[in-house]
This record gives sequence, structure tokens and C-alpha cells, in this order.
Amino acid sequence: MITETVIQEAAGEITRRAAIRIPEDYRSGIRDIRSSEQGQLSCFVLDTMMDNWDAAVADQRPMCADTGLPRYYVKFGNEASIQGGFVALERALRRATADATAKIPLRPNRVHPLTREDHNNNVGARAPEIEYSVEPDADWLDITTVHKGGLFGTDYRMLFPGDGWDGIKKMFLDTMIQFGRRGLACQPAIVGVGIGGSKDTCMVLGKQAACLRVVGDRHPDSEIAELEDELKELGNQIGMGPMGFVGSSMVVDCHIEVAHTHTGGMPVSIHSFCLSSRRAVVRIFADGSSEYRTDPNWFTPYHRREEVE
Amino acid sequence: MTNTGFNTVELGGPAESAELEKLNIGDVIYINGMIYTGREGVYRKILDEDNSPPVDLSTISNINFHCSPAASIESDGSFTVGAVTATASFRFSKWMERWFSLTNCKVVVGKGGMPQSDYQQYFVPNGAVYLTTVGYGTGALLGRGIKKVQQVYWLKELGIAQAIWVMEVEKFGPFLVESDLRGNSLFEQSKREIDQNIEGLYAGLKQPALRRYGETTHRTDEVI
Ligand code: SF4
Repeated sequence: MITETVIQEAAGEITRRAAIRIPEDYRSGIRDIRSSEQGQLSCFVLDTMMDNWDAAVADQRPMCADTGLPRYYVKFGNEASIQGGFVALERALRRATADATAKIPLRPNRVHPLTREDHNNNVGARAPEIEYSVEPDADWLDITTVHKGGLFGTDYRMLFPGDGWDGIKKMFLDTMIQFGRRGLACQPAIVGVGIGGSKDTCMVLGKQAACLRVVGDRHPDSEIAELEDELKELGNQIGMGPMGFVGSSMVVDCHIEVAHTHTGGMPVSIHSFCLSSRRAVVRIFADGSSEYRTDPNWFTPYHRREEVE
Repeated sequence: MTNTGFNTVELGGPAESAELEKLNIGDVIYINGMIYTGREGVYRKILDEDNSPPVDLSTISNINFHCSPAASIESDGSFTVGAVTATASFRFSKWMERWFSLTNCKVVVGKGGMPQSDYQQYFVPNGAVYLTTVGYGTGALLGRGIKKVQQVYWLKELGIAQAIWVMEVEKFGPFLVESDLRGNSLFEQSKREIDQNIEGLYAGLKQPALRRYGETTHRTDEVI
């Protein structure tokens, strides 16, 4: 039985880790991209970012003052059980967010969209978002937190089957260039592309592809994996680097996720997970012990299944 | 401090005009002295709603930072500042001209700059420069440079993110000079070079069947 106290503690800890420590996969992706960067200003920006990550860990302060929108992704082992059930889980996550906001501190970023009222704790209506998925034959609970910033760098478009791969490439270029200028998207980013589903699943998938897969990960479907490589390369050929300076560091990695869609359409969404790609994960076991990591391992074979069962 | 090979300059807060004259786009800047934050909440309250500023800002500094800190208020009323990150400045350009004449501000620090025409129209006549933060997520490095929060104005009225934070800073940076006193722009310079490559990237890609309503911008236009 997993208790509410254990969940709240673990959720507070991943919130702290996400805010302060850049995931190693992203850092080594930036190191790689830096090694082939020729643009002087682009190199300066990348070096400064790496200094910033070191300073964040050394001082135990957030790497970026823009908290983004802290949220949670919960994966349930099918046999996991929580004392107090889902209500206790959600309460623990809301409390952990408010506590961490005061303690770390995080900038209170969540305001009412119309009145702009700020609760000063990053909690509010539908905030933090909590999304769920399940995994068979397991009794643990995986909680991932993602603090995605970025008012820029995301787009959605209804393309059609006839637009094909060309249409996706064009939309990808459009998004990278328009939000890459001046570095509005705080690139180099992990770019997630959602293809298919209905409009809302398309958006959700693309965002999850950006935030819940690590740099270097490739889709198990080899055709999709090739497309990921192609888009990554295309983005880095634009001639633009961080802050929109001349360079070649635009896309640290590209992840594509697909969902079966309307026979007449091909919705596409694009999301950029920025230079503060903040994510942290905890697995809580049935005995109450926990293990921390940075790979959410969200897209399991079960999660991507296509058959009726 | 990052070693850049670029010209690195330490700037006082308030900044002297002689210091500003020497700046060129691409210079790396660190600030020592006093700065204050101010963004849309402050501009709206003072410039649109005609409230007088809670303090004569010109007596504090002439450096206006477009930012809100990750800060918390301790039980004894003091402040803990964790990280500091700028917010995108282009949204504020419409207020700049009146802001300059009201506060005598000479240095705007923010994220991503403004269109070059704004520098020429508003900044150059007022002897002001624009510095951009780097990255942009250098929140921890900038947080380190904050020595002391001297005063916070309009905390209750505007909240942590939008209040006026008056802060003493030391080796606060790095920033890049995005626009100098002549209204040159570092972003514009990069853009001109990058634009030469852009049409080529699209060669052979066909237009999607369904256009977007209002899809009329040129590829070299900016969206800001
Ligand atoms: S997009 Fe990311 S790096 Fe940029 S300001 Fe927001 S959180 Fe920070």
C-alpha cells in the first residue's frame, strides 16, 4: 500500500530535482551539438547555458526563473494500490507543488487566465495538470514531473493525407524558423511532433513526445525513427542556433509519436522543450521505497499498442 | 565568468553615458550597482492608468530589467531570491518612449530585444541601449549576481512576478549588447545572414492543400 505521505514527499523531491538539475541526456546532447557548432555567438550561448546548469546545482537554485507550468504524469502499475486512492494521490501532488514553490523557491507562474489572479503557489484550477497511463504486471507507481516553459515554439495544423511528408517538413521548418528567431523558443530544444489522433490527442502526444522521451531515444518503428533523424537534421540545417544567432544548434533531438487518425486528415502538432528541459521521475514501490531517475519511460510497448487485445 | 573572446565590459548601475557610448553590439556585459524590475504590470499601472510611481525611479537607477524573480517572502519580511530570468521584451515596446521620458531610463535589459525600428524610433533619441539576457534560461547565474533585494514596491497590488524589485547586483550577467546607442541590432544582423538560406530550405516542398486563414506573411518577416 503506497501512502499519501510517501507520494507527497517524493513529488516534492522530483519537483526540486527537475527545477535545479538538468537531465544528463539533455546535457550530453548539448555537449554533442556544441562540438560541431561553428557560430561564435551560438557557442557563447551554449557555454553560458552549461555554466548556468553548474551554478544551479552548486547553489541549489532553479536553473531558470521561469518556472514554466509544473505538471505531473502518473503511470500506474495495474496492481498498485494507494491508501486513500486517486483522491489522496491528487491531493499529495497539489500540496507538493505548493510546498516546493515556497521552499525552493519557484516563481509562482500560475495565474487565472482572465483576472490574472495569482495564488502564489503554482496551484489553481486544473493546475498542476495530472495525466495518467497504466502498465500491466506491475505494482509500482511512476510519477514524472515536467516544468515546461515556453510561450513560443508550439504549433498545431490540420494537414491532409495528400500533403504527405512534404507538408510535415514544411510545417516543421515554419515553426522552427518563426519561433527560432531571437531564440523565442529558447532553443536548442527537444522537439516533439504529434501526428494523427483527434486534434486534442495530437496536441497531447506531441507534447509528451517532447517532454517524456530522452535525447537519443528512437521510435521502435524504424520508419518513424528515420523520420525523427530527418527532421532533426533539417532543423539543424536552417543555419540558426540558440537565440536565433547564426549557427547549427537548433534541435537537440526530435521525437515523433503517432496515433490512428481520421481517414481524411493528418493533424500535426509541434512542441519545443527548451534549454531548461526540466523533468524528473520517481518510482514508488509497493513497500513505500522510492527510486529517482530522469527517463520517464512513458512510451512503453503497452502504451503504444495497436491491437484489439 | 565565461571567457568569450568577445569584448567584456562591466557597467555601473546607474550607467554613465560615457560608458554607454563605448558599447557595441555583441559586447558581453556584467552590471554592478542598482537595478529595478518593471514589466507590463508596472507600465500599465503608471503609463496607462496614470498612477504616480511609488518612488522616483530615476534616483535609484537608470537600468530597467524586464524580469520577475523566483523569490519567496520569509516570515521576517526579508526576501529569498532563487533564480532570475528575463521575459520577452517585444511586448513592451509600445510603452518605452513614455517610460524613457518619465524615468530617465537608459538601459533596458530583457529577453530577445525589439524590432530594430523601435530602437531607432524610441531608444536612439533617448540615448538608451538594449541588453539581452543569454540563452535564455540563465536564471541561476543571474540569481548569483543579486546581492540584496533593497525594496519591493507594489508587491500586494501586482504580485511577486509583476512588482517593482529594487536590487543591488554584483557581476550580474552575462548580457549581450543587442542594440547600441546608434540603434544597431545584433539580432537583425544574424537575421540578415540567416535569411539568405531560408528560401532554399523550402525548395521543392509543396504547399499544403488547405491554406491557413490570413497566411500572408513573408518568410523573412518576423512574427513579433
Ligand atoms: S522557455 Fe525555458 S529556458 Fe526559456 S525562459 Fe522559459 S523555461 Fe526558461
